[in-house]
Amino acid sequence: MSDNPVFDRIQSEIDSNDVVLFMKGSPMFPQCGFSAAISHALTTLEVKFKSVDVLEDGDIRNGIKDFTNWPTIPQLYLKGEFVGGCDIIREMFEAGELQQLFKEKGIEITA
Amino acid sequence: MAMDAIEIETLIKASLPDAQVTIEDLRGDGDHYSAYVTSVEFAGKSRVQQHQLIYSALKGRMGNELHALALQTSLPKSN
Repeated sequence: MSDNPVFDRIQSEIDSNDVVLFMKGSPMFPQCGFSAAISHALTTLEVKFKSVDVLEDGDIRNGIKDFTNWPTIPQLYLKGEFVGGCDIIREMFEAGELQQLFKEKGIEITA
Repeated sequence: MAMDAIEIETLIKASLPDAQVTIEDLRGDGDHYSAYVTSVEFAGKSRVQQHQLIYSALKGRMGNELHALALQTSLPKSN
């Protein structure tokens, strides 16, 4: 437990789900092009992931930036570890590295 | 609020003096940029850490004045 209740909530999300995407909007209705791109990549790989809509929760929206030390959203967590934001995930996806990483971590993908 | 490409480059170079910075104004609106940065400081660092170096060089502007900066980082090509 930290002194920050928002950090505790974020920690509990990434502890209880293998793949967590903090995004604007939902995978069905993304509210930002960058969030849409990453959620689309995950959907393409048919990865099961938990999405957290930061627009619905201002505390998380601000808190996640400090938590990760990362200024932008989306943010992808895999088994409790920050993998990257939009640019990194896109680069990894296009290079096939994201698929590789999921396999290494034992996350089921179909692609 | 927007930022000049020159300002972005200046901030990055203030933190990473050897950096080669290529900036493109993607929409010509001073608000959506891409930056390609090479620096020896990236050696031995993950992509996340490399991007964090750039973000900290931008001193909190990323995500605020600077709405969109698509980042790509790498080590300088050896001669």
